[in-house]
Amino acid sequence: MGSGGSARHDAIIVGAGHNGLVAACYLARAGLDVLVLERNPYVGGAAVSRSLYDGFTYSNCSYVCSLLRTEIIRELNLPGYGLQIIPYEGGCTMMRDGGHLALYDNHDALRREIARHSRRDAESYERYLRDMLRQCRFIKPLLLREPPDPTSFKPRDIMELLYLGKHFHRLGEQRMYETVRFWTMSCADFLDEYFDSEIIKAHLAGSSIIGTALGPRSPGTAYVLLHHYMGNIDGAVGAWGFARGGMGAVTQALAASFQASGGKIRSSAPVDQILVRAGRAGGVVLADGEEIQAGIVVSNLDVRRTFLDIMDAGDLPDEFVSQVRNFKIRGSSGKLNIALDALPHFPAIPHGSPSIRGDLHVTDSIEMLERAYDDWKEGRWSRAPYIDMLMPSQIDPTLAPSGKHYMSVFVQYCPYKLADGEWDAAKRAAFGRTVIDTIAEHSPDFKDLILHAEIRTPWDLEKEVGLTEGNIFQGELTFDQLLFNRPIPGYAQYRAPVRGMYMCGSSTHPGGGVMGAPGANAAGAILRDLGRTH
Amino acid sequence: MAGAAVGAPDYDCIVIGGGHNGLVCAAYLARSGRSVLVLEAANQVGGAAVTREFAPGFKVSACAHLLHLMPGSMIRDLGLDSRGLQMAATGMPTTAIAPDQSPLPINPDNPAVLAGRSGADAAAFPAYHARLRRLAEALHPVLDRVPPRLGTDSWQARLSWLRIGWRIRRLGRRDMRELLRIGGMCVQDLLDEHFETPLLKGALGFDAVLGTRAGPRSPGSVFPLLYRMAAEVQGGSALAQPVGGLGALSDALARAVLAAGGAIRTATVVRRILVQNDRAAGVVLESGEQISAANVISNADPKTTFLQLLGVEYLDTGFVRRIAHLRAHGVTAKLHLALNRLPQFTGLPHSALIGRLLLAPSLDYIERAFNHAKYREFSSQPIIEITVPTASDASLAPAGGHVLSAVVQYAPYELAAGWQHERARFADLIIDALERCAPGLRASVESAELLTPPDIERQFRISGGHWHHAELALDQFFIVRPVPGASQYRTPLGGLYLCGAGCHPGGGVMGIAGRNAARALIREAA
Amino acid sequence: MLSESEPHYRQPLLKTPFHERARALSQVDSFIAWAGYTTVDVFTFVEQEYFAIRNATTLYDLTPMVKYRIAGHDALPYLNRLMTRDIGKLKHSRVAYSVWCNDDGHLIDDGTVFRLSDTEFRLCSGERQLDWLLDSGLGFDVQITEVTDETAALAVQGPTSCAVLTAFGLSGIAQLKPFELAWFALPPALGAGSQIMVSRTGFTGDLGYELWMRPEDAESVWDALMDAGRECAIRPIGSRALNMARIEAGFVLPNVDFVSSERSLRFGTERTPIELGLGWLVDFNKGHFTGRRALFDEQRRAPRRRLVGLDIEGNKPAHNALLYADKAGKHQVGSVTSATWSPTCKRNIALAMVDAPHMRTGSTVWAEIYLNRELVWERRMARAQVVERPFFAPERRRASPPADY
Repeated sequence: MGSGGSARHDAIIVGAGHNGLVAACYLARAGLDVLVLERNPYVGGAAVSRSLYDGFTYSNCSYVCSLLRTEIIRELNLPGYGLQIIPYEGGCTMMRDGGHLALYDNHDALRREIARHSRRDAESYERYLRDMLRQCRFIKPLLLREPPDPTSFKPRDIMELLYLGKHFHRLGEQRMYETVRFWTMSCADFLDEYFDSEIIKAHLAGSSIIGTALGPRSPGTAYVLLHHYMGNIDGAVGAWGFARGGMGAVTQALAASFQASGGKIRSSAPVDQILVRAGRAGGVVLADGEEIQAGIVVSNLDVRRTFLDIMDAGDLPDEFVSQVRNFKIRGSSGKLNIALDALPHFPAIPHGSPSIRGDLHVTDSIEMLERAYDDWKEGRWSRAPYIDMLMPSQIDPTLAPSGKHYMSVFVQYCPYKLADGEWDAAKRAAFGRTVIDTIAEHSPDFKDLILHAEIRTPWDLEKEVGLTEGNIFQGELTFDQLLFNRPIPGYAQYRAPVRGMYMCGSSTHPGGGVMGAPGANAAGAILRDLGRTH
Repeated sequence: MAGAAVGAPDYDCIVIGGGHNGLVCAAYLARSGRSVLVLEAANQVGGAAVTREFAPGFKVSACAHLLHLMPGSMIRDLGLDSRGLQMAATGMPTTAIAPDQSPLPINPDNPAVLAGRSGADAAAFPAYHARLRRLAEALHPVLDRVPPRLGTDSWQARLSWLRIGWRIRRLGRRDMRELLRIGGMCVQDLLDEHFETPLLKGALGFDAVLGTRAGPRSPGSVFPLLYRMAAEVQGGSALAQPVGGLGALSDALARAVLAAGGAIRTATVVRRILVQNDRAAGVVLESGEQISAANVISNADPKTTFLQLLGVEYLDTGFVRRIAHLRAHGVTAKLHLALNRLPQFTGLPHSALIGRLLLAPSLDYIERAFNHAKYREFSSQPIIEITVPTASDASLAPAGGHVLSAVVQYAPYELAAGWQHERARFADLIIDALERCAPGLRASVESAELLTPPDIERQFRISGGHWHHAELALDQFFIVRPVPGASQYRTPLGGLYLCGAGCHPGGGVMGIAGRNAARALIREAA
Repeated sequence: MLSESEPHYRQPLLKTPFHERARALSQVDSFIAWAGYTTVDVFTFVEQEYFAIRNATTLYDLTPMVKYRIAGHDALPYLNRLMTRDIGKLKHSRVAYSVWCNDDGHLIDDGTVFRLSDTEFRLCSGERQLDWLLDSGLGFDVQITEVTDETAALAVQGPTSCAVLTAFGLSGIAQLKPFELAWFALPPALGAGSQIMVSRTGFTGDLGYELWMRPEDAESVWDALMDAGRECAIRPIGSRALNMARIEAGFVLPNVDFVSSERSLRFGTERTPIELGLGWLVDFNKGHFTGRRALFDEQRRAPRRRLVGLDIEGNKPAHNALLYADKAGKHQVGSVTSATWSPTCKRNIALAMVDAPHMRTGSTVWAEIYLNRELVWERRMARAQVVERPFFAPERRRASPPADY
């Protein structure tokens, strides 16, 4: 990492997460002198590859790369800086009774696979996909746009509202109603309109709860499902993929692209305070007291952290501060990173099936997912958690020594605060045991193969990455926090209440996942304010 | 289809079902000069707004037991006051009760008792209530009008949208933003932002989930609250209880229909809707009698109307698919107790007994009660809305006797264990919960009647036994209620209209669906 | 059906009961996927197979055609609510071509309905439809079962097909009229007691039959047919040759000439039967059917576009060509959906969706065709005349009894 040169910059980005780096790249490409400050000794935020055990590389936070906008990959030439995204080969959901449902890329294999459970569902799946793709087609053009403020009379807002209206109108009457319903439905109700088979519903519903403090029966989760379908790998809409070298490859490529445009990054440089002078952002003060000046400050941190921790409430409108306090940001996910001595055996997955190389889930039914959520509401981790695990080292040999495997295990639900007090080492270990036991129910040799396991609760995620409550989306994806409401009504256009101060994290539209759209949109807003277009 | 006699139809309009919406619709149609016939299957009109004797000498409003959502303008239009509708109680107070806690009056205008629990809450309550009321008022044109269609170029639809937009804009920037933020929020988040007292939050959250398959943590649960307030805003009379129970309202509505020249036949069951030349042309009764009409308006729920009375052969597959997917399984039960004395709730002044009592001590309590409904179980600790109608209307019980009327959640229609085996246990469990707040109540029970959703389905002919005919949720509301293609009270079949609670704006004894349906029909004929 | 030796995730495509025979005769190893089965695209070369359709007898493996058994008390009202045609007019042992639509009157698919009894029908379609068919069955006493893999099917088409089938042993086949079906006992040598259903239907616009049999009889039937037709130069054909014949006959193909409304993602790409020139299949007098109200409104409006036949100058098939009102190519008025050189008519023909003023027979439009001249690409604006379909309709297809030719 380079160290900061001059004491004054055009722009400072606080936090070198993927959105911070995306914003930094676009600003640097527009000719600004940009400095990125990162608290940790490494860049990447929650998109990192870390060596925590001999010879293994863990994507120890985010673990799947599908949402990253193609426009960003192209414009920032990320493949030129080493980024390669490889699609998954399907996936599989395993049930406690030994049954399974695999998802295969091949259309006919998939139809026959679903038909094993329900012949009708195999065909309803086509209608389901059609409707999801229709929703994707509707939402995608909105991702890389600044949400309009519906209360504003500014020409740009009115133009954007008109665009939204026209875009919506183009769906035709019937599909407009379908869209209204889709956006307000629960995932469980939505899936009930297509499928009979519990396992198919449970398999699909998994995506609707990942990272959210909602259950599959909560209204609005059909949209969360879509949020995970917005990915696109080489034209395969909804496909998920691995970043070769782990998720750190994304942020490493961004950092390299940024530096090639003349940007500077300082790591181990925690920002203590954002300076505001005469109602304008003026720079930052680091924890060691060093002051760095800049006309523009962009925060990649979540809004709670940005406005409550590193800004002085006196510099902000009172109402804004109370709205920030009310911003819903809830930790609901845990993560295990496991080094395995060999590929574990999952008897449910048929011999030779490629689904072992995809994402593997453990659940039986929507009810089981919903009950897992009920545990979270009561302040405990799910007794029978939803698990999304994968072993990317089968496809990416750089992640583990030959013959050994890295397994990423995402766990829903795990609370930030426990009903019986703070997290401690014993509780963390107990949480890890719950997860490992759950996996071991489906893999007899799993426990014996474990060489090392990193157990991460939302509390750990907050401590290490700085995400408030360990929420992976920097804020819940509920109606009250989407589009022009995200993060705060009236402040959805990346601009903070202080001039020269911007937000670019996942707290802003269109939200979390390694998508990069908030960073790109924030850069767009800044450049427009500067009278430049990128 | 075998047709009615050639020539002029017997009636301009036939209304299937004499529930309050059917009667309201019939009254407005009759007042427009049309000949109207209301056909009611039961022996008395009123549908779910009826007063029935459930034990010798004890009478109760069978489903709905309070009147507060019907617009004042409608009561005036139809002259209900002069047709026998009198109030036994108006401005009824709401009190939150809980075992081991003293009762808490829920009154934003007088938060004095609340101040004893939390000064901050007492300070915040009036402002919170005033703001919600402002937002609710802005939603009024949404509630009161025929929902506009999307994506059509009709000037009427555009005008409706403009009117809604204008009312929301007129709120001013801050309130408008708040409306757009909280409109889809869960009520727990909203209440947690403002208050700390669990009993207060429980009582306020109760009204958000009453009658719906949602808990306080369900996104979208603020919305029924706003909507209820929007109806109350125009109702004006706050909570009220008619003399003689809700049946008195239905009787007054029936008189309004007759006075306007309409006809009503009770104990008349409709078997099918007649179709001729791809238009509704009348009805066939269970007796085999055919009655022809230029228009048929169904007060029955959408599933009953389309799948049973009309028949799928007159509908398109996609439309039937949407009707089949309409969520319409009730979660609300009703318990009626005949008591040999006035119940004594611990710490509750007698003046509060003429109002309604809410047993929902906290939002977590409600959410836990709701958890069961997700798994087809009834709540082990249900939430309950209690009224003692005899406290203000002695005519409902024999001398010295009293009636307790309780709305209870959650009691899912599709109980896994089956209601026939579980109903006694559920009734017992509710009485236990009441006993904890009103010691000695159990001993005073002479007789009890439990109406589960399947009972409501059977007795009131509502498929799924849902009070709102269809779940009230954002994806089944306004422009998509009950389903796209039938959201403007018109149906895919010409001459067939809906006027029941399955339409916008839903159930509750409101009458707006009935009035809007009449308006839609009159507008179309114009 | 052959046993599945490989699990579906290794071998996703199924093999039809004729697969081994087809593979043995395939000279160019050209197979394609159709509705979950692997089928032959080309056996030898396309023109040779095409001329066999128009001059001799051909065998085409129809097994992947999706087949449904529709049975029950309400089977007829169910089909009448589903289909645009009046199935009530379909007599026993007859077959009708029909289409079905969604609520908006947009085409979902086309297919043939076989009336087997008062309460039992068979529906054949190119794509799977179970989701829609079952949802259409809500409220009807009807059972809908997919029986694709229980029935092997073979199209026997060409001017000598009647003669071949007679030689094969189906005595009385000559009496079978177009769109009739009949059951025959298989020649005893092939399977004692086995029955075979024959319908005089097809997708070639020529004389021809379709044979429906038990999968276990499939190979022996194939072998016996090949023997019986040896003198008539019988040969198996693949999908490419059939496609040429069906364009000449003016038949539309779902997801080629129109997108199924059950699959479409974009608004405005769906088509009604009226736009496809299939208005004759829509019976407004039979009572309600799905899409009726939308189609009723549409037929009262001026049509906006129509699928038409084109006769295009030159001999280069106008695959995917854009159509213009003017030779300069400024004003697009449609596009070609199917195109072929017609070896029989010696015309360059196509099916095309054309906008309103240009869709009348006799109109001229211009097709933008790209020509590969030894890897040097050229663009040509070819004059195209809107003409009546079909392009080729020999008398023999209707002749009853057919001649031996």
